[in-house]
Amino acid sequence: METSFALTGKGYVIIASDTTAARSIVKMKIDEDKVKALGPHLLMAHSGEPGDTLQFAEYVERNIRLYNIRHNYSLSPSAAASWVRRSLAESLRSRHPYSVNLLLGGYDVPAKEPHLYWIDYLGTMSEVPFGAHGYGSYFALSLLDRYHNPDASLEEGIATLKRCIDEVAKRLIVSPSKYTVKVVDKDGVREIEV
Amino acid sequence: MSRSYDRALTVFSPDGHLFQVEYALEAVKKGTCAVGVRGADVVVLGVEKKSILQLQDPRTVRKVVMLDDHICFAFAGLTADGRVLIDKARVECQSHRLTVEDPVTVEYITRHIAGIQQRYTQSGGVRPFGISTLIVGFDPYDTKPRLYQTEPSGIYSAWKANAIGRSSKTVREFLEKNHRDDLTREEAIKLTVKSLLEVVQTGAKNIEISVMESYGKITHLDLTQIEAIVAEIEREKEAEAERKRSRLAATAAGQAAMTQRAGDAGPSQ
Repeated sequence: METSFALTGKGYVIIASDTTAARSIVKMKIDEDKVKALGPHLLMAHSGEPGDTLQFAEYVERNIRLYNIRHNYSLSPSAAASWVRRSLAESLRSRHPYSVNLLLGGYDVPAKEPHLYWIDYLGTMSEVPFGAHGYGSYFALSLLDRYHNPDASLEEGIATLKRCIDEVAKRLIVSPSKYTVKVVDKDGVREIEV
Repeated sequence: MSRSYDRALTVFSPDGHLFQVEYALEAVKKGTCAVGVRGADVVVLGVEKKSILQLQDPRTVRKVVMLDDHICFAFAGLTADGRVLIDKARVECQSHRLTVEDPVTVEYITRHIAGIQQRYTQSGGVRPFGISTLIVGFDPYDTKPRLYQTEPSGIYSAWKANAIGRSSKTVREFLEKNHRDDLTREEAIKLTVKSLLEVVQTGAKNIEISVMESYGKITHLDLTQIEAIVAEIEREKEAEAERKRSRLAATAAGQAAMTQRAGDAGPSQ
């Protein structure tokens, strides 16, 4: 089942999401990238109703790009998260709401600090040091409670993420086989292998 | 109901003119000059900047703007009208990416802008945009530089080099004399500055240059770079004048010598 994790560390945010696209009990695809780079220093993992997720993620991506071009600078992670949350909240009150859960992480370049936001399809948002969505979150959150360190180096952060991935693989009946992992820090966005 | 018929400002005059569109062209002619030059694999946009007042923030006065990563835009005419058109074009660029997952081509966005401008010459209760535009850039997956122009009437066309705004005729004639298809980056920049200097008396500090070299690769030259180019052009002009003077002097001296000799030979006969 769909699972995504994210955690902050010293000057970075790591976001990981499984790569399965499933319909009913069938895996249709195992290399779907569900972590989108919204800007030079902004990442968003999306999960939920297939179709809705991609539609909403692309809508957000284009609007954030439009903001960059109009104003010649990027939205800060907190501003982007607020905008995304509001879009979801407005969508919830429309005839056809998006059913999308998000983890939005970014590096605030002027303030030199990483930020992570946990957002769900009801328009709930909270800034968190780590977060997760999906069935995997039931296993990962306790591990992150125990092992997360806001001052951890990237290597230590990746090690913590691996613990989560391994625990989910061990305990969840329908555990995903593969993950995409992306990091955002002062140098921008990049994908890493774990 | 019948009132809605006479709301349009743009109605034909008996001899077939749309006066409002022609007045819009007059507004363009009053606007600051903008020049576009296409080189072999580069395209340059140059604009004449109005002098910044002493207490004004220069960053808030922009005449060359990006529509998308790969499209650059300059205009001549009413700045306020320009702003509205720029915003519509930027939204269309992103909307196009959202619907077909591809960036716009330069021609597509030009056609879109020209389409908006045309609509404002034929709808009720509106007036035409008082701007002409130059749109430059590279198409996705392509290396050919592009340069387009649009006018208040909604006409659009492709160019090798063109100028709009104040004294655009003088500048265009200068470009017609001096443009070649195989201009390098430096040559294209120099030609742009040189053509702008035809109408900008105040020199480097009132010129803004943007260079696009390939898809999404754009540089805005800073004042010192433009000053260096202006100085080089001045030097060349000086040297040219010097050559002319010395040539004139040489011919004059030659003629003098000849008459001298003729005079010497004269009486002995």
